[in-house]
Order: sequence, then C-alpha cells, then structure tokens
Amino acid sequence: MTQRGEHPKDKRPLRKDEAGETPRGGKPEKPGSPRNGKEAAGGPDTNGGSSGGDPGSGGNFNGFATAEWLTNAGDASDVVLSSRVRLARNLSGHTFVHRASKEDRERALQICRDWILAANVCDRIMWVDLHESPAIERNLLVERHLISKQHAKGKAATSGGVATPAAEEPRAVAVSIPDERLSIMVNEEDHIRMQMLRAGLSLSDCWRDASAIDDKLEAGLDYAFTKKLGYLTACPTNVGTGMRMSVMLHLPALKVTGEIEKVKRAATDMNLAVRGFYGEGSDAVGDLYQISNQTTLGKPEGAVLADLQDSIIPEVIQYERHARNTLLSKRRSALEDQVFRALGALTHARLIAADESMQLLSLVRLGVVLGLIPELSVQTVNMLFLMVQPAHLQRVLGKEMDQEHRRIGRAAMIRARLTK
Amino acid sequence: MKCDTCDKEATVHDTVLRDGAWVEVHCCEACAVNQGLAGPGHSLNELLTNFVLPQITGEKPKPKATKARSPTCTACGFTFEQFRQAGLLGCPECYAAFETLLLPLLERAHEGAAQHIGKVPRRLAESGPAKSELESARILAARREQVERERLLRRQLEDAVKSEQYELAARLRDQLQQLLQASAASRSH
Repeated sequence: MTQRGEHPKDKRPLRKDEAGETPRGGKPEKPGSPRNGKEAAGGPDTNGGSSGGDPGSGGNFNGFATAEWLTNAGDASDVVLSSRVRLARNLSGHTFVHRASKEDRERALQICRDWILAANVCDRIMWVDLHESPAIERNLLVERHLISKQHAKGKAATSGGVATPAAEEPRAVAVSIPDERLSIMVNEEDHIRMQMLRAGLSLSDCWRDASAIDDKLEAGLDYAFTKKLGYLTACPTNVGTGMRMSVMLHLPALKVTGEIEKVKRAATDMNLAVRGFYGEGSDAVGDLYQISNQTTLGKPEGAVLADLQDSIIPEVIQYERHARNTLLSKRRSALEDQVFRALGALTHARLIAADESMQLLSLVRLGVVLGLIPELSVQTVNMLFLMVQPAHLQRVLGKEMDQEHRRIGRAAMIRARLTK
Repeated sequence: MKCDTCDKEATVHDTVLRDGAWVEVHCCEACAVNQGLAGPGHSLNELLTNFVLPQITGEKPKPKATKARSPTCTACGFTFEQFRQAGLLGCPECYAAFETLLLPLLERAHEGAAQHIGKVPRRLAESGPAKSELESARILAARREQVERERLLRRQLEDAVKSEQYELAARLRDQLQQLLQASAASRSH
C-alpha cells in the first residue's frame, strides 16, 4: 500500500473546518446539509429559526435546494431527473471490507481519508464519519442519493474478530459542497465508491468528472488492478471497469399506457437493470425509474456511455414523450382530471404518507411538464419528491416525529409549498 | 475429432481468449483438465461409477481416499465455498486463487467477456507493455458488440412491424442500415 501526500494522521473524527470547509461565524453556512454526527448531536438547529409550528415556511425549504441536480434542470429535464456515474475501487493488499476486522477497516478508512482530503478533488468537501453520526443524519444522506442504504446501516464483518454493531463499523462519506455532485463512500462494499451526480441527461459530463477524480485518487492510493480483470471489486459483478452509469427517469405516461413493461423487457434484453428511486430493491414509487448498465467486464466505459447516452436513453425519452402526447391528444379530459385530482389531494390533504405523496407528485409533475399547471415549476416538484421523505421532513420540521405526526407535518408542508 | 494436443478423441470443446484472439479448443478429457478447461472430478467416468452404476447394480460407490477441500486463497484464507455463500470475494488476490472457478461465472455476468477493456490506472498505462493486447481485445469487443446490436435491432424492428408502429419501424430500419454499413466499412479496413 503506497500512500503519498502529507496529512495529519490523527484518529479524531474529522470536523468540517479540517475538511477544507470554513463555516462563517461558527455557523454552518448550508442549512439542511448533513453534518458530522458529533456536531449534529445537540447542536443548534440550522434550519433558520424553524420552530416546528409553521412547517411550510419557505426559509426551511430553501435550505435544501443547493444540490446541483435539484436546482438545475439539465438536458431532457421533462423526462430525466438526474444522471450518475459510480466507480468502485479497492486498495491493493487489503482484504475487502466485508471480511475486514474493525482494525482493518479503521486502517483503510484512514488511508482513504488522508488522501481524499489531500488530493484536492473539489473546491470544498464535507467529511462525515458515519459510524459516529445519528441514524437520522445517515438517512438524510440516503434520501439525497449521497450514500446507499447499506452504507447507512453498516455491515458487520462476515467472519472472525470481536462483533461490532453494524452501525458502528468504521465508514464514511466525503461530499462536495454546496453542489453535492461528488460523493465518495469509504468502506461500503468496496473500499472506495465514488459517484458523480448531475441534473438531466449528462452522463458524459459525469464520466469525465468521475474519471478525473479517479485519476487524482489513484495518484495517492494503490488500487487493486490487473490487466486481465481490470479494477478488482469485492463482488465479481462489478469487476473490470467497476463502473455503473445510471439515469433517473420519470415515466408516468408509459406507466399509464402499460408500455413500461416493454421498456423493462427491452432493457433486460440489453443487459441493463431497471430499478426504483432508491436503487437496488426499491419500488418505482412516483413512476421514477433508474436504468443502468450491468456489464462491467469486456466493454470499455466509452462504449457503455455511447450506448446509454446516445442510443438507449434517448429512445426511452422519445417513447415517454410520444406516450404523453398521445394522452394529451386522445385522452385530454381524463389526463387533466387525474392531474388536477392529484393536485387537489396534495393541496387539501391533512394526513399523507410518503409513498402516496410521491404517486400524486408524479401526476402533478406530468401536468407541469405538459404545461397544464403553469404556476408550478418542475424544480418545485422534484424538490418535493425529496422533501416528503421521512428524514428530510423531520429536518425541515426541526424535530423527530413518529409516523402519525409525520403524516400531519408532511401534508402541511406540501400544502404550504404548493399554494404559495 | 482428435484432441489438439494428443491423439485421443476430443470430448471437450471450448472457445478461449489467447493472446488477444478467440480460438477454438478441442481436447480429450485428460488434456482439458491439464489446461484448466475442465475441473477434475466431473468426468463422465466418475459420474458413471459414483452415481449411475450404483443405482443399477446396487453397489455402493467407493469412498474417495481424501475429501477434496474447497479451494482456498493463500493471501486471505477465504475459501471458494465461503465466496459462494457470501457472493463476495475475500481480497483482491482471490481472483487469481479462484481463477478457473470464477471464469464461467464472470462470463455469465458480463456477456461472455473475461478480459478487461477500458480504463487503466496511469501508473500501468505509462509502462504499457500490454497495449497491443488490450487493443486487440478492444477490437474484438467492438465486433461482438456490433453483432449484438444488430441482433437487437432486428428483433425490435420485427416487434414494431408486428404491432404496426410503422414510424418506429422506419427509424429502426434506418438505424440497422447504418449499423450494417458501418460494420462493412470497419471490416474492409
């Protein structure tokens, strides 16, 4: 294991100011951003004076709007929410994470942390030690697509050693702020999993940036790589490029017309995976689908990129647009009825669950992109997809709540946001 | 058909990547085991003596002298059996330790590929003795991909015609023509 670059090798949990961010006046300048567990516990509420009494007040809401994929529209934003490129890398000479003892994981974490923070991967970076963060902070990161569910939970070693609760296994994430385009998970299934996330159809930009960051990391970390099998990963399904490219699509019209099944079949035929809003194993709630490559060996990154960005995804976008136009021209009244009923329910409900909100928001989003609801923007709806999730909602309302209270708070927050 | 390396009848047929090119291999069982094409213990003979014959004759199969241990990675001590249970390998060295056992699995997961094509860490790219090897593999993969895309387009075109989506069918036909022209051009170079 080579390790270059000078960096303090202390074992204290890293604070934001050490990580290159300088909070002004001692207050985090990005309300609503996930913070290191230590700082978050008992710290001041950062949501700009939220008392919880007025859940819909605008100040709370805007604090979350800094992620680039949420603020920008990007190409083909009527159908594409975001694009993502993920690279899996491992340190040579170290056991893979699931088999590593707590000490091994700490060592790998420190090696990665020291270099990631020294390598100048972006202007400002936030480091979060997840084993020291409360569950709600970790869930917030999951909902923002910055870490996986598995990384939030942690995974105990599969053999030997003293058993540590999974949540306390040493692991972390580095996030570029305020744009949240880059996130680097350390000690997930692989030692390093970096992702670039951008608005709209932008896989080529994502790949360019991810590869540049990969180069910077590689300059100081000794990756496990062979000429025959490429980047070696814990799971053989990722070996080779270690790359997964995915696009988050909103496909309500294909769902209505039933053609979504055709898309899924075609995708499977082409060795692509179709997943829900929160990745592996999640449902396509809100008619949001992620399409991603599965093959990582024997096919160069550029070929995967060309297939998805220039051929497959544009085809799906055309299908969806065609289905939308057909609905509009042949079943306009029925479509309008569904869209405005959804808007009506969202603006008048007093209790609402996250999944139901997502389903209704999907119809409202369809209405917005078809010009049926000119007073709303796509970004407002995209943002609400996120804000109705439990951890975001509780952050906005400034307190932890049980399910019943969350439903009340959620309904009030949506109402305030949509009727402003 | 005769075995490639000896005069016996070839019973194992496979296609393997050698020096960046796919070659057909025909071997007798013994040579196949020697070349790592077939694992020992799966021969027809053994199958007959252990499973089929006892059922016919009522004889018990002879116990093996030693029970085969699951292959183990010398670097981390992880066994292939553990990998089968966890779905994850123990360390980067496991790939070399379980190479022959992993090969069919990799091919299944990656559309038949068993050779990396794509990004190479700079430190290796600059020393680059394997560049020509990678280049030939890259060309092969491009060919394979073209064939795959052609097959897919043909099927989509058929579907489109069947479901009377003529606009789509016309678009697919154009794409197919383009693809065929491109592949003809690349072959003539």
